[in-house]
Amino acid sequence: MAVTVSVPTILRTHTGGEKSVEASGSTVAEVIEDLERRHSGIKNRLVKDGSLHRFINVYVNDEDVRFAGGLAAAVHDGDNVTILPAVAGGDRRVRL
Amino acid sequence: MLTIRRDLVDAMVAHARRDHPDEACGVLAGPAGSGRPERCIEMTNAERSPNFYRFDSMEDIRLERELDSRGEERVVIYHSHTATEAYPSRTDVNIAGYPEAHYVLISTRDPDAHELRSYRIIDGEVTEEPVEVVESYMFSHTGADDVPDAP
Repeated sequence: MAVTVSVPTILRTHTGGEKSVEASGSTVAEVIEDLERRHSGIKNRLVKDGSLHRFINVYVNDEDVRFAGGLAAAVHDGDNVTILPAVAGGDRRVRL
Repeated sequence: MLTIRRDLVDAMVAHARRDHPDEACGVLAGPAGSGRPERCIEMTNAERSPNFYRFDSMEDIRLERELDSRGEERVVIYHSHTATEAYPSRTDVNIAGYPEAHYVLISTRDPDAHELRSYRIIDGEVTEEPVEVVESYMFSHTGADDVPDAP
């Protein structure tokens, strides 16, 4: 399953500056594994302790994967996967 | 340096006042690469909290698509502090994911006078920058020469 992944500025250090890259997989987890093979270091920015990083949003065709099974969310050929840094902050101490 | 139209400052401050004592948050969008904020987009604080803010994730992806289709980007990302000064908290800095944006903070702790300051947050490092408030961008040079100024 080939998909297009939109990469935010903050992660483009891993993709040689590219804002859109190809990857393959049938779940979000597999797509991230494939991204890691092609763009070393990116997985650590997306996944922590086996689940999606709390302040990274991943969308499959504009659907937030948190509401669709998280890393297990299905991905189909031709889908668009978009990574956006969460826009958040505050006084409470949070675990990143 | 952030050069910003007065009406956009007024819009952010009005939003922050309206949502007080909860934190307000939003974006000033402008042409990609211009560094020139043109319009204010209020975002929902999904946390509805006096000491935390977070863009609603579905609203955020809709915003992203809209900005893309208009050739715009997030020139400013703003939020309010309702009980503390307009300086990014440790958490604000740790989460900041848009190194290309100006991070504007507005403090509403004083009911009579707001405080508004602007920062760059890159790789966990905060740099405050001067804010120049203008009536119009017509006579102020903003951004790169290859991006036309607003008509």
